[in-house]
Amino acid sequence: MVARAEALAKPLVIPTLLKQSVGAALITLVLTSLIVGIKTVDTNEALSFITRFPSVAWASIGVGLAYLGFGLVRSGLPLAALIASLAVAVAQGSVLLWGGPAKELYLPFEDPVVNWVVVIVAGIIASRAAVALHRGDGTTAAPAGTALGDRIARSFNRASRLLGPLLIAFAVTMPFMPFANRRVVDVATLVATYVMLGWGLNIVVGLAGLLDLGYVAFYAVGAYSYSMFATYMGLSFWLCLPLAGMIAASFGVLLGFPVLRLRGDYLAIVTLGFGEMVRLILINWWWFTGGPNGINNVPRPSFFGIPFERNPPEGHWSFNTLFGIAYSSNHRVVFLYYLILGLALLTCLFSYRIRRLPIGRAWEALREDETACRALGINPTNTKLTAFAIGAMFGGFAGSFFATRQGFVSPESFTFLESAVILAIVVLGGMGSQVGVALAAVVLIGMPEFFRELAGYRMLAFGIGMVLIMIWRPRGLLAVRDPTIRLHPRAGPEPAKP
Amino acid sequence: MSDATQTVNGDRQTLLEVEHLTMRFGGLVAVNDVSFSAADRKISAIIGPNGAGKTTVFNCLTGFYKPTVGRMALHARHGDFLLEQMDGFRIGQKAMVARTFQNIRLFPRMSVLENLIVAQHNELMRASLYTVVGLFNLPRYSRAEKKAVELARHWLEKIRLTDRADWEAGNLPYGAQRRLEIARAMCTKPVLLCLDEPAAGLNPRESAELNELLLAIRDDDQIAILLIEHDMSVVMGISDHIVVLDYGRKIADGDPESIRNDPNVIRAYLGEEEDEELPPQVAADLAQGS
Repeated sequence: MVARAEALAKPLVIPTLLKQSVGAALITLVLTSLIVGIKTVDTNEALSFITRFPSVAWASIGVGLAYLGFGLVRSGLPLAALIASLAVAVAQGSVLLWGGPAKELYLPFEDPVVNWVVVIVAGIIASRAAVALHRGDGTTAAPAGTALGDRIARSFNRASRLLGPLLIAFAVTMPFMPFANRRVVDVATLVATYVMLGWGLNIVVGLAGLLDLGYVAFYAVGAYSYSMFATYMGLSFWLCLPLAGMIAASFGVLLGFPVLRLRGDYLAIVTLGFGEMVRLILINWWWFTGGPNGINNVPRPSFFGIPFERNPPEGHWSFNTLFGIAYSSNHRVVFLYYLILGLALLTCLFSYRIRRLPIGRAWEALREDETACRALGINPTNTKLTAFAIGAMFGGFAGSFFATRQGFVSPESFTFLESAVILAIVVLGGMGSQVGVALAAVVLIGMPEFFRELAGYRMLAFGIGMVLIMIWRPRGLLAVRDPTIRLHPRAGPEPAKP
Repeated sequence: MSDATQTVNGDRQTLLEVEHLTMRFGGLVAVNDVSFSAADRKISAIIGPNGAGKTTVFNCLTGFYKPTVGRMALHARHGDFLLEQMDGFRIGQKAMVARTFQNIRLFPRMSVLENLIVAQHNELMRASLYTVVGLFNLPRYSRAEKKAVELARHWLEKIRLTDRADWEAGNLPYGAQRRLEIARAMCTKPVLLCLDEPAAGLNPRESAELNELLLAIRDDDQIAILLIEHDMSVVMGISDHIVVLDYGRKIADGDPESIRNDPNVIRAYLGEEEDEELPPQVAADLAQGS
């Protein structure tokens, strides 16, 4: 009976849908006509512009049609949507793949990538229509998709006991895999740096719930501390590392004190300001920090005191002579990779362990309800300051590594964008989830590095990816929290979902 | 402390003494010169119409507000404390006064067991030597954690949540959340337990269970309970001593029987302006109780 009633209501749905689709198309037209429709070009040293209004018009019509397609699926008329979208996808896809005479005439856009987007969207509509048709009702996969995401995250979490060691084993053996060339190891080193930064920030944001937009300041403090100790005082990396960590931690406390009473947005603004302050001090205190020029010739790392050099001074060891192997510039790259991997694993182990200690539980409790913490006799000041200090310390460690890897530090490396990327890693990974943060770092840092060929679309895809993750998994990729202590073993009563 | 030896309600010592407590917010006097005392190992209740200043008294007692005027002395077995001079969290940490909230304040995304373990934070912090020992998982810390879990298990059994110990606290039904909040407060091993409307939102059966739980806490754990409550079946059923506030002033103070017959109390509850404060049958209860 219900289906019958819906069928009767369908004719009424169509005018509404049409109205909404036209609305969506118009909004697209208004938004894109000036931004996309006019393109500035540099012709013979003079700036002029070209217009691309036909493309804009096509795009607006396309958005309207896509809206209509999704609407039809949702309101129980999947067949029409299926036929239309399949036709579009097949027609345009085949033209794109095999071409044909006067191929350009059939394609709405000049750029093949945009044309492919049309095919993909049509394909998505067709598949959802097919799913709806198969189920015989108007329900789409959306709610099921969310539940599916949750299930995947849950089983990921359950498997993380296994998955973690597997990922670590992969990371350890990676430089010896057949596909590992210098570029792969370099990118992996970069990813591992961000994994470590993500895990460090995760302590502050994910566990203690203190939104920190200036985390890069501690990264900078660590990098500059190492650079100065090493260049001016000639201290070794292994001595500088704890020093840099301690200095960064004291900066964490320095930031923590004034913001003790702040929460949420206000805290975010102050930490943002703190990050900028540190960068501006680095630029303007030129006689101490080298100003915008930064610090050059930061000592490169040595293998516990033995340098990576082709021709070591007479009577001194070098890495290759020590092990009796031929000199290769890759040794240093691989050593750097293992160095950051070790530091990152240290961070991971530390956060894993501290979550199970009273201080870690107090951080999480503070994130959940500060008032209740106070009532239970937990000192909120100390708890917050420890979170800031420990998070900053790991930022400082990562900063030292950054300085020794680059051999050069300057304020340019520590802009707000870096903080934003690290925060994005934590948020996308799922606050508090270690594996999630690692995966997010691979996605956000590794993918763009490998897809440099796509040039301009790289950042577009980055943005779209972030938006999609936030729609489907607003609490992050793997945001299923596991209790830090259990009364019943895992097989016991499972927590029910609301 | 000569006051500490003064006896109230027979042979029990006074645990909490509140003298001339006044709390002003700008021009508003929320609590006006209120003095009362609560006996050790007894249940004392603060009642009064909405806006009478009951929760403000609680917030002063537990350090969320600094009172404008007044002295709040706690004469506990482990020492004497002047609560008005202590930082908010130290009242829970040192004076061992625990409280619950009118709108439940659990840690909703942590498990039930974790909620009870967090309550034992200070003890576990000492056992983990402020995290140093804990990081290496030395036996000293794991022993302390095991003990903490045992205490939590004891309270889980008392509030009948043992089989739901690994649930997220936020997923528990309302009544269970109320019980968990009381258990969490008890896990801090308090000498005085302050409950802000523990029966709010409970059905009659649940509030009867609450009565039993509170009586058990008084008798088994030998601590004092101070509660704010609107549910007269709870107040009249278990209180040893009742303080009545109205418009920030104390209007009556005594055992349930005398409160029931107090003309000031009846006027405050049934008087011309506030008669909508109480459901008719409760008002009738109060009036006929004599």
